[in-house]
Amino acid sequence: MIWNEYHECMDRQRLTELQGERLRDMVERIYFNVPFYRNKLQEMGIEPGDIRSVEDLKKLPFTTKQDLRDNYPFGLFAVPQHDVVRLHASSGTTGKSTVVGYTHNDILMWSEVVARSLTMAGVTRDDIIQVAYGYGLFTGGLGLHYGAEKIGASVIPISGGNTKKQLQLLEDFGSTAIACTPSYAAYLGEAIAEEKLDRSKIKLKAGIFGAEPWTEEMRTQIQQLLGLKAYDIYGLSEVIGPGVSMECGFQHGMHVFEDHFIPEIIDPETCEVLPYGTLGELVFTTVTKEAMPLLRYRTRDLTRLHVETCECGRTLVRMEKCVGRSDDMLIIRGVNVFPSQVESVLLEMSETKPHYLLVVDRENNLDTLEIQVEVEEQFFSDEVKELEGLRKRISGNLTSLLGLHASVRLVEPGTIERSMGKAQRVVDKRKLK
Amino acid sequence: MIIRQLSVFLENRAGRLTELTGILADNDINISAFSIADTTDFGILRVITGKPELAEKVLKERGFAVKITDVIGIVMRNKPGALHHALQILTDNGISIEYMYAFASGDDRATAVIRTDSPKKAIEVLQLHKMELLKTGDVYQI
Repeated sequence: MIWNEYHECMDRQRLTELQGERLRDMVERIYFNVPFYRNKLQEMGIEPGDIRSVEDLKKLPFTTKQDLRDNYPFGLFAVPQHDVVRLHASSGTTGKSTVVGYTHNDILMWSEVVARSLTMAGVTRDDIIQVAYGYGLFTGGLGLHYGAEKIGASVIPISGGNTKKQLQLLEDFGSTAIACTPSYAAYLGEAIAEEKLDRSKIKLKAGIFGAEPWTEEMRTQIQQLLGLKAYDIYGLSEVIGPGVSMECGFQHGMHVFEDHFIPEIIDPETCEVLPYGTLGELVFTTVTKEAMPLLRYRTRDLTRLHVETCECGRTLVRMEKCVGRSDDMLIIRGVNVFPSQVESVLLEMSETKPHYLLVVDRENNLDTLEIQVEVEEQFFSDEVKELEGLRKRISGNLTSLLGLHASVRLVEPGTIERSMGKAQRVVDKRKLK
Repeated sequence: MIIRQLSVFLENRAGRLTELTGILADNDINISAFSIADTTDFGILRVITGKPELAEKVLKERGFAVKITDVIGIVMRNKPGALHHALQILTDNGISIEYMYAFASGDDRATAVIRTDSPKKAIEVLQLHKMELLKTGDVYQI
């Protein structure tokens, strides 16, 4: 099943033309409505008229996460605030989030790409879908919700967590599809086994999993535990949210919805555009988004693109699972975490110094984050309650900034390795590659 | 009357305590009494020694987080009710104890090492009740 055959199976020549038209329109919109982009383009001596086709994309400047922070909160919006109907945000350094806005049309477009994604997983109006992504500032829950409603499926907006309730609804409502993070899917699967639920009452046939890296081994495990077919969905809030790309039933990579998001692969060092099939950093230009169009947004995700037509008939390029990042961002339980965020918390607290180490692991399919902090002379107390109090204060401050529980372990001074160059701040014990 | 106790932060790591006792041995520092407060992740070693300043210096040089803490030592007869009597005096005078540990010596006497927020006041009231207190010089003899 293909939701939008016209756009998903378009002749590539015609698709390139369509992208060109939309790119021209987008550059004009940002040139006249976003001072940040107008200044950048003027500095480079580019006028909207200079952009004629997708070929000209490489002349245009990149956008980075730092640009989003510098223009916090609404500086990159290309429409007046009264046209913005939705705001989402992700956690950021020093308390500032990355904010994204949507017009009514943006929400329709987002619903469209998620509808296409769900159709790839075989979801139809006859399905009951349990959306177990978090609802709220995070784009996962509402993104899947609107797409599933557009298809006409029955949506259960249960949000994340509350495992007992999730299991009960799986049984009682007979949900046929579920959307959540892969680690939570594995956790649910194990809970089913532990609670000795009647497997014949679980009707799941498709799972739409994303927002964090996962492996083929996890796919096999989840499929066995939940008795469904597991599909990989990709997205990031800066571009739209979930639904930037999605796997079809053949699972040869995720089809990028190129009529809305133009992907490029660049060398993260030289920023040179690389040919299809080469590993590099993924970059997106959002040609149809109205509220916050981004020009060549650097995702920092490392992957490859493949252009050969898929067995499913879609002509859209396929991106491989991301193999890593070109920066130090970690994805822990679907939450983006930068080591610099931890540093900012420690610097703000007078009792601590920024000698720390993040230890990420996966226990029972759930990511764990432990932050080791050195006990400095100045704040060492010989009373347990003082040290425990300090530990809890650090943990509380980190948890509230990161939006993710972080356990803190106090270690002896000088035990965290110092190096002259780039300090080793992260130990990731999860086996994902 | 105030005894300078050595407090050391220790990670719960195999061999860590042995490293510390090795350093003290190498520097000819005798441990007169000690206790360890432990949590899941870390421990705090508390040591009574005749050479607290030297111990602090050599341990700091080896990267330990060390602190000198003021404590008092109550010397009692090693018999039922002696500790209770001493503690009752502190309680009656509103002095609370952060932590304590005790050890007995061969001569029918026992010493309780006590950490309190108000060591001076504790000394005052204990002396008023004719309790014997450990003196810095005594530590060498323990």
